[in-house]
Amino acid sequence: MRPDQTIIQQWINQNDRVLDLGCGDGSLLLQLKQQKDVYGLGIEIDQPEITECIRKGVNVVEQNLDHGLSNFKDNSFDTVIMSLALQAVRQPDQVLSEMLRIGKQVVVTFPNFGYWRCRLALAGKGTMPVSDFLPYTWYNTPNIHFCTIRDFEQLCKDKNYQILDHTVVDHDNQSSWWMRLYPNLLSEIAIYRLTR
Amino acid sequence: MPETIPDNSVGIVVPQTLSFDQPLQLSCGRTLAKYELVYETYGTLNSDASNAILICHALSGNHHAAGYHSIDDKKPGWWDNYIGPGKPIDTNEFFVVSPNNLGGCHGSTGPASINPETGEYYGPDFPLVTTKDWMHSQARLADKLGIQQWAAVIGGSLGGMQAMQWAVDLPERIRHAVVIAAAPRLSAQNIAFNEVARQAIMSDSEFHAGHYLAKNTLPRTGVSLARMVGHITYLSDDAMGSKFGRELRTDSIKYDYDAQFQVESYLRYQGEVFSESFDANTYLLMTRALDYFDITEDYSGDLGAAMKQTQCKFLLVSFTTDWRFAPERSVEIVNALVEAGRDVGYAEIEASQGHDAFLLPIHRYQDLFSAYMINVAKEVSTT
Repeated sequence: MRPDQTIIQQWINQNDRVLDLGCGDGSLLLQLKQQKDVYGLGIEIDQPEITECIRKGVNVVEQNLDHGLSNFKDNSFDTVIMSLALQAVRQPDQVLSEMLRIGKQVVVTFPNFGYWRCRLALAGKGTMPVSDFLPYTWYNTPNIHFCTIRDFEQLCKDKNYQILDHTVVDHDNQSSWWMRLYPNLLSEIAIYRLTR
Repeated sequence: MPETIPDNSVGIVVPQTLSFDQPLQLSCGRTLAKYELVYETYGTLNSDASNAILICHALSGNHHAAGYHSIDDKKPGWWDNYIGPGKPIDTNEFFVVSPNNLGGCHGSTGPASINPETGEYYGPDFPLVTTKDWMHSQARLADKLGIQQWAAVIGGSLGGMQAMQWAVDLPERIRHAVVIAAAPRLSAQNIAFNEVARQAIMSDSEFHAGHYLAKNTLPRTGVSLARMVGHITYLSDDAMGSKFGRELRTDSIKYDYDAQFQVESYLRYQGEVFSESFDANTYLLMTRALDYFDITEDYSGDLGAAMKQTQCKFLLVSFTTDWRFAPERSVEIVNALVEAGRDVGYAEIEASQGHDAFLLPIHRYQDLFSAYMINVAKEVSTT
């Protein structure tokens, strides 16, 4: 299992209702179904990914996150997850607020733009960072709202969101002590567990 | 008919008929003392009868869903794109049952049948039947075939509504429901189109209050008009635009009311062909069954409460340019299923063909449908 999935799984209870926004091929939900017998539902827009979810027997609904989540009622899920998709939505603050309305808790992971390689690209080369993990150039990237760990925490503070847990991993989903020491500089991906 | 029957066809099929002598209590309050259902089957029923699939047809459909009746047939059954060896509804895996609905005009007892009590055509005296009545008649067919529980009940449009009816009313007899291009109930606009169609038929002077067969005639103009209106609602603006545009059949406009635009002549032709082959009373009955369909009728209009009755898993599919039963209508069902905690997959297929898309071979639709049905088949082999 991917380490970020291991981390997320420990925050999920047996038989929980879990909503995964931007669920991709449904591997996380499949894992959670097998390990925790959850009622999982994925929201996805990518067509081949939707078919892949169906192939896996994972519940999936085709829906564009940018068109809102008003079809889900307050507190209708125990956990709402969004893994590496926050930076790709048009209004991340609103999506986050909707997630906290729908879910009793929210798990969100995002690429940290404060990572030293990003900083190096900008400060040293003066170009937008491009890596294997974030391979897009500025004009064709789906990632339109990058933030740093510090930015994200500021948003949570401004909105009064409670941070229950947070940790960091690199693009191979490995975590080490030095990343956790200076997360905003040394870590590539941040994982947060929030509640209202 | 192609020169030879394709490998992925179910081949030549022979319709079968079963007679039912036990009276069927109908939603309208009347009972049907005896009736016949004509149906086709494809594939082989396994030993524990766990691989059976029920196909429900739409408004003008019938039991001939796949394969050919004879080597001379020009076209295969109406859903041949999706039923056959290696196709999404894989006849190597499943035993597929495709009946003609009660009240139909293709062999099952309906208005164009002879009423055994009078020796005359039923005509307008044939009772109005509903999706629930169809479900009960299909359940009796299942009983006779030794099928206690369908692996899946599948249908598009009005067929999808029957699949939903099964899921809600006979939840223990269905493991999967595949509901394509459907809606939880008809909108005012849907009913309005049906009413125009019915008025076209009933105002035809050859209709004779429904007794046209006794008078040895057919309300061709009315049925043709009804079909023309219906046909418009099955296609999208784009589909019509790309198929016909403003193309003329003549060199220039003629300043009269003959069919000059290609779209006019197409609709007239479709209407004429249909009016020769489809019974007017059946058309009235089918559109009425559509109007009356409301999956929430026993649940005070609460779709969530209706969906809580279900036990099966669901696949729902809609098509982007379908304005008869638009994607939003499927989404209503999906949301209610999610709230009820049911397993559901939903996809909105990009298609230019409008409502008719559910019949057509569309790559993504085929992939998705196959992916779902493979899982249905896996459950069968382990049960």
